[in-house]
Amino acid sequence: MSHAVLTDKRPSTLRGARLPKWSPWAIAAGSIAVAVGIGLAAGLDSRVQWGLIAAIVFVLGTYVIAARVEGGRQAKDRVATSLVWVAFLLAVIPLVSLVWTTISRGMKVLDPYFLTHSMGLVADAEPGGGIYHAILGSLEQVGLATVIAAPIGVLTAIYLVEYGRGRLAKAVTFFVDVMTGIPSIVAGLFILSLMLIFEMQPFGFAGSLALAILMMPVVVRSTEEMLKLVPNELREASLALGVPKWRTILKVVLPTSIGGITTGIMLAIARIAGETAPVLLLVWGNSLINANPFEGAQASLPLYIYQQYANSAGAGAAYDRAWAASLTLIAFVMILNLVARGIARWKAPKTGR
Amino acid sequence: MDTSIQTTDAPPPPPQPSPVEQKRAARGATRPGDRIFLGLSRGSGILLLVIMAAIAAFLTYRASIAIGKDDANFLTTFEWNTGLVPPEFGIAVLAFGTIVSSVIAMVIAVPVAVAIALFLTHYAPRRLAGPIAYVIDLLAAVPSIVYGLWGAMILVPHLNGLNGWLDEYLGWTGIFSWDGLAPRSMLTVGILLAIMILPIITNVSREVFRQVPRMHEEAALALGATRWEVIRMAVLPFGRSGVISASMLGLGRALGETMAVATVLSPSFTIQTSLLDPGGGTFAQNIASKFGEADELGRDALIASGLVLFVITLLVNGAARAIIARRKEYSGANA
Repeated sequence: MSHAVLTDKRPSTLRGARLPKWSPWAIAAGSIAVAVGIGLAAGLDSRVQWGLIAAIVFVLGTYVIAARVEGGRQAKDRVATSLVWVAFLLAVIPLVSLVWTTISRGMKVLDPYFLTHSMGLVADAEPGGGIYHAILGSLEQVGLATVIAAPIGVLTAIYLVEYGRGRLAKAVTFFVDVMTGIPSIVAGLFILSLMLIFEMQPFGFAGSLALAILMMPVVVRSTEEMLKLVPNELREASLALGVPKWRTILKVVLPTSIGGITTGIMLAIARIAGETAPVLLLVWGNSLINANPFEGAQASLPLYIYQQYANSAGAGAAYDRAWAASLTLIAFVMILNLVARGIARWKAPKTGR
Repeated sequence: MDTSIQTTDAPPPPPQPSPVEQKRAARGATRPGDRIFLGLSRGSGILLLVIMAAIAAFLTYRASIAIGKDDANFLTTFEWNTGLVPPEFGIAVLAFGTIVSSVIAMVIAVPVAVAIALFLTHYAPRRLAGPIAYVIDLLAAVPSIVYGLWGAMILVPHLNGLNGWLDEYLGWTGIFSWDGLAPRSMLTVGILLAIMILPIITNVSREVFRQVPRMHEEAALALGATRWEVIRMAVLPFGRSGVISASMLGLGRALGETMAVATVLSPSFTIQTSLLDPGGGTFAQNIASKFGEADELGRDALIASGLVLFVITLLVNGAARAIIARRKEYSGANA
């Protein structure tokens, strides 16, 4: 605090008056109290309104108080800070509500019976039944999609990083980017147009093909990033020993980056496991167990959620099943995500820095 | 990992390579193994291009069949009657609904996402920022059908109060008038889409804000700028193109979102001037809802509307990528 020297002539410091550190909390508490007061007085029964009133009072209150005590520039700064906090809280509430509702309502019917039985002989409005057929269908469709998309995606990434030069590589890079943005329903419509031409009935593998289209660009992108992290010294050392380029890639580059590649593939699986739209168009859904993905309609977990919701006609039992299936799906996706990130941290390539 | 080099059982190079072998080595991919591997990897790259071309070609082919049979103007008709003789259908309502819901989503999501990204990079305590960023990453992975279920069962009833409010104070504009029906409306869809694209926009914006050169910020601070002035003068100008491209990526997802809209919206083939009244539709939602009872022409008609959606998302995503690519070129100078 070098300005302390100057303060002997003037009683005030060079710094302007500041609000105490606890003031944002005090204003927040005050605005919540005001919002509750207004809400009770006006008889507003929606908590959403209470929250919005509190947010508005908080921002305005901060501005007025800060402008009086600290001056215009500081007031603007404080308003920006309060807006950022309000935006953060506003966004957190729905996301917390989503997770909380799914867990609390999903736990109602989620038990071993639910996981090991199908919906055969159970009407949509009745309680009972389960998601075994949907889990089976999802695993088969997603598994087949992975078997198709993962090798193609990894090979494409290898081409782009290890070989790619010139116009072809540029075109592939651009279209991989564009492909990432294809809506899932369009991928479904593409396979559907093929099925219309060959007059085929819905079956599980058709869904896998659409999911594979959605998965490929994600795998290419993440694998590319991982291959770029492999230090060039490793490649050069291997090539200098006379190892052919393809063996260098297989034995040096891929083992070094395998952790990251696995992570990318698992994140891609997590993405396609939740896709409903293509499955709705191509696999139809089935309340019975169908273990053959190459013939006949199949169920799938996300599709099951949608159909339980849409066909329930307001029956509580169907909603309960939909929530329980949502919880299962979210748990599956989250576990994949967490394991994938764990692998990424565990096997992170050493960048040589 | 480095040990893998020692495990390669590569044959030692011949002591005196003949001139022919030297030439081969110089050209690179002439060993059979190399040729096969290059062929495989280049082949997969080409396969991706072929798939993209096939998507465009087959959608166009089936769409042309449907549009050929359409008795009304495909772009301006407010009907979707593929069962009529002659059939009449058009995408006017769908285009309107898709644009309106996405615009609402963007208006809500972009400022909030930018604020959260700023919160994570510049405002939040370090201990909090890491875990929150991690949770937002995870939320990007929540399947859209779960958002749809939550929207229909939780969000819709909670918006009654807000709708009443908007009707009371802003109803005179016509955009916010409400006749008291359950709010399965464009506004609700827009809010839900905003919640869904929030994590994507936040993640990309956060990455951009993190790359802001420390020197710029410190220079502004040294001139006596407040934190907000630092953000306005150093952070936002640097991150603008990144935020724009992040928003475009979010927009691409909002345009193509199917299940969340299909579960929340109560669709109709009319254009609602009020955002609060149920009705309207989007491309993706219409495909999912109409598909069940569609005959062959009905499906072709849906494919035709899907083609329009495909083209729109291609344009939006292409624009986003172009902005990112342009930014890459000059951002190196700041590193």
